[in-house]
Amino acid sequence: MAVLEILRYPDERLKSVAEPVAEFDQTFQDFIADLEATRQSAPGCVGIAAPQVGRSVRVVLVDVSTKPKITHHGHLALVNPEVTAWDGFTVGREGCLSVPDFTGNVIRAERITVEALDQFGGSVKYEMEGYEARAVQHEIDHLDGLLFLDRLVSRRSDLFRRKKYQKSGGEKG
Amino acid sequence: MDNWYMLALVGKDRPGIVARITGTLFEGGGNVGEASMTRLGDSFTVMMMVRFDGDKHALRALLEPVSQPLGLQLHIDNIDGRLHQHVEPDVRISVLGADRAGIVAQVTGAMAEAGLNICNLETDVGGSEAHPIYIMHIEGQALHGVDRLHDAAQALLDKGVEVTVSEIDALIG
Repeated sequence: MAVLEILRYPDERLKSVAEPVAEFDQTFQDFIADLEATRQSAPGCVGIAAPQVGRSVRVVLVDVSTKPKITHHGHLALVNPEVTAWDGFTVGREGCLSVPDFTGNVIRAERITVEALDQFGGSVKYEMEGYEARAVQHEIDHLDGLLFLDRLVSRRSDLFRRKKYQKSGGEKG
Repeated sequence: MDNWYMLALVGKDRPGIVARITGTLFEGGGNVGEASMTRLGDSFTVMMMVRFDGDKHALRALLEPVSQPLGLQLHIDNIDGRLHQHVEPDVRISVLGADRAGIVAQVTGAMAEAGLNICNLETDVGGSEAHPIYIMHIEGQALHGVDRLHDAAQALLDKGVEVTVSEIDALIG
C-alpha cells in the first residue's frame, strides 16, 4: 500500500467529471488499498474520492465510524455511486483534504439512498442519514468535479438543526 | 520585510469604498490578506489584514488621500498576525426573540461564564419598528465542553431568552 499525493485546489483535475469503473481486477483492488491508506494518513478524514489523488474514476471511500453517537454503515467503498433518493436538508460544517485550512457551511440532504457497486463489482444499496449521508454527498461531488467551495452558504443564515429546550417549569420555590 | 497591519475603516456607506481602498493598497505595494467588511446601519465597516513593506506612517500616508475624501475614519495597528491562523469554531449559538435592552450582554455573559470563546458574532434587528425582533448568530469554541453551554441555554430560557446551541463537527473529506 502507498499513500498517494492529494491534489489541492485550484488543480484543474479536481474540476473534471470522473469516468465509471469497468474493471475490478487486482490493479483496481490495489488502487482501493492505496486510496484507503491515503485517507487514513490524514487526521480526522472520513472520506476520500479517487479524483483527489488524480485518478478520474468514480470511486469514493467513506468511514464515519470514528464519530460518536451517529448511525453509520462502517467502512464503505462505493464504486459508480448514484444517489437515487433525497429527503430533507441540513447545514453542516465541511472541510476537504484538497482545500487545507478552510472550513465552511454547506447544505446537504439529510437522508439519502445510494446505489453503487462494491469494490468487487457487486450491487449495493444503502439508506443513510446525517453525518454519513453528508460525507457520501461530499465525496460523490468530487466525482462530478465539485468541491464544497461550490456550495458554501453564508454564516449569517441560520439553517442549523436546533436542539429544543423545554422550559424547566415553576415548581421550584 | 514582512510587516502585517490591521486596518479598520468606518464611514458612511457609498459605492466604491472597497475598490478605492484596495486599489490604492495594491498600487502602493500592499497585499490584502483576510478581511471582514460589512454594512451596518448606514455605515460601511472594513477590517482587514494588510501586508506592507513600509512602516505604519507610510501606510497611513498612502491611504489618507483616498480615505479622507471618502469620509472614512482610518485606524492602523501593527500586528504579529499572519495568515493560516484560523480558529475552528466547534459550536454555534442562535438567539431569536423580541428585541429588548441587554439581550446581548445577558446571553454573552452567561455563555462566557460557561466557557464560550466567541470567534464570530452577527446580529440583525428585523420585524417592524413597533415589534422588533432580534436575531443573533454566534460561532465559537466551547472551552469547557458543549454541555456547559446547553446548561447555560436552559438557564437563559427559564429567564425568557430563547437560545439554542448546536455543535459544529466539521467533516473532513
